[in-house]
Amino acid sequence: MDKGLKKFSGSQLVVPLFALFLLIVFNLIRDVGFFSINIITNNDGNTVLSGNIISIINGASELAILAIGMTLVTSATKGQDISVGAAAAIAGSVFVSVLRGTQITLPIILGAFLACCIVAIIFGSFNGTLVAAFKIQPMIATLILFSAGRSIAYWINGGATPTVSSPLLVAIGGFIPGFPIPTPIIIMIMFVVLIWLVLKFTNLGLFTQVVGINEKSARLNGINTAWTKLLSFIILGVCVAISGVINVCRIGLINHETILIDIEMDAILAVAIGGNSLGGGKFNLTGSVIGAFIIQALTVTLYAMKVPSTAVKAYKAIVIIAIVIISSPIVKEYALQLRDKLLKKPTKIMEN
Amino acid sequence: MKKVLGILLVVALVLGMCACGAKTPAATDAPKADAPKADAPKADAPKADAKKVIKVGIVNNPPSESGYRAANVADMEKVFTEANGYKASTFYSLKNDEQLNAAKQFITDGVDYLLLSAAATDGWDAVLKSAKEAGVKVFLFDRMIKADESLYEAAVVSDMANQGTTAVNWLKAQKLPEYNVIHIQGAMGSDAQIGRTAALDAEFKAGTMKKVVQQTATWDEAQAKKIVESVINSKEKFNVIYAENDGMAKGAVAALDEAGITHGVGKDVVVMGFDCNKWALRELLAKKWNYDGQCSPFQAKVIDEMIKSGKVASKKVISEEKGFDANTLTQADIDTYGLGE
Repeated sequence: MDKGLKKFSGSQLVVPLFALFLLIVFNLIRDVGFFSINIITNNDGNTVLSGNIISIINGASELAILAIGMTLVTSATKGQDISVGAAAAIAGSVFVSVLRGTQITLPIILGAFLACCIVAIIFGSFNGTLVAAFKIQPMIATLILFSAGRSIAYWINGGATPTVSSPLLVAIGGFIPGFPIPTPIIIMIMFVVLIWLVLKFTNLGLFTQVVGINEKSARLNGINTAWTKLLSFIILGVCVAISGVINVCRIGLINHETILIDIEMDAILAVAIGGNSLGGGKFNLTGSVIGAFIIQALTVTLYAMKVPSTAVKAYKAIVIIAIVIISSPIVKEYALQLRDKLLKKPTKIMEN
Repeated sequence: MKKVLGILLVVALVLGMCACGAKTPAATDAPKADAPKADAPKADAPKADAKKVIKVGIVNNPPSESGYRAANVADMEKVFTEANGYKASTFYSLKNDEQLNAAKQFITDGVDYLLLSAAATDGWDAVLKSAKEAGVKVFLFDRMIKADESLYEAAVVSDMANQGTTAVNWLKAQKLPEYNVIHIQGAMGSDAQIGRTAALDAEFKAGTMKKVVQQTATWDEAQAKKIVESVINSKEKFNVIYAENDGMAKGAVAALDEAGITHGVGKDVVVMGFDCNKWALRELLAKKWNYDGQCSPFQAKVIDEMIKSGKVASKKVISEEKGFDANTLTQADIDTYGLGE
């Protein structure tokens, strides 16, 4: 048991899981029924699940998907892509502009998604090329698209906030008739499984980490470092396309100014809360996904507590500062020493 | 491979610069180029052309700012046309200093009228004084600035607080047995948010309406949906959604639909939005929403009348704010007042 505990308490997932646990306990104390799930009939006549826990997982879908891509980029390039929100605005605009003016059918939606995937991949490759080939700092390279992206989306939309409506889009952003779980959750789970399979059966994960840990030795070992970095941006591009489409389908409208606004910061935060180093190298996708849930759970908690509008960001900041400090190396080391003392084992320092 | 990519990128960058550069400098550079030459003929040019063409310089925020601005710019372009007897030069920027420079250029260029929607309220004194010295008449539209009244002919502006009052008065006139309101705010501190919040806040304070929740979604549709979801999950009663723009109202309605709560005329929840986008007004026409308020972006006509008649009724003209009720809205209203498509 000791061994298991020791292994677990040394893992980077301790802090995020603990934070999530605290949030859950806090909410249960505040309101016992907070996480109750209800079965209701929605306005389309479908029987669906509802409740805070569904809202949290559903609301975190886009963030979780982006956090996965962001983790890979962080690991490979030792930097972050701050243009994901702007790129999602472009992807969403492309999706909507393909759909508008045609009869919306499933093949058309698939085609629109493919088009928006391609566009997102092109913009991802643009970022990736600047980073991988021109060795520009990721944050600077992606700053270009960060500033220009929403203007490009504006141009695609022709300045308006176009709306699209179809039962099929509602099925993507809401519920598939006869299936009680929100579709964004299903999409997210499918994507997580897909990435997990890719990482398990290819050496993508290994190569990404190696490039992030020591680029030179990776190259000397025959890894195409530039391609690995570029690939991480391409994968993030796919993530961007998926999240953009989900977000458009939720509301049935694209507003280039507000779609997934500030999501880049939340995605980076999710990576950090998940215990991943923003300096690249080793990564843990589970951590990032949990990080995304923590951020969403926090938002929902603040809404439920009716925190005044002007103070929401301050409350969020306080919790995030706490999580970041607890997971900082200094506090972690201290906590590990404390654990060893409590378990009456010699500490690492004494061993040395 | 790398080389090819590199060349492609450089080409893309250069093209991008050309494309971006073509729009903005055109407005500033053109007057600059004319400026030296313009000095001599300037004195008689306006006299010769005065009867035929009225030269106006329009300094505005870029249409990309918002749907409101796009409608505002389109309105200006529609009214100040050559067919209507105008020669209009325009300059768009979100930055006050760029706007100031453009205004100076327009004055140097010898426009007859300067129409101004300033990005910021400060710093316009000097430019307006030089306009007065040059005999250029200034009209402010949409936004007020901090300058002496004598420096401009008139200001045609919106009264933001008026929109909120109009909407809340409408809500009161519905005579609901009780008012349990979900209030979704825009970005805190923006003009629209302050104006649309104030009237409702007063009702909350007076106790005539109950505040179920008051939260900012910073104009974000998806955020608005989450706020309403959280109220639904808490099982608190509510019968009014007051969203400070159409997008957030749409987000809120998406949450209602998912929770199986009916909304619209004669239904469980009253839905109120702002801006009067065409798609939102169509929701009203379908009786799925109840009310949509508008901050009128149409000031060009009023200014046009003042220029043509030479009469200025008052220094501050408040443009008429519209509020549409789903019961009385017509397709003609949508065509006339709806923004976007």
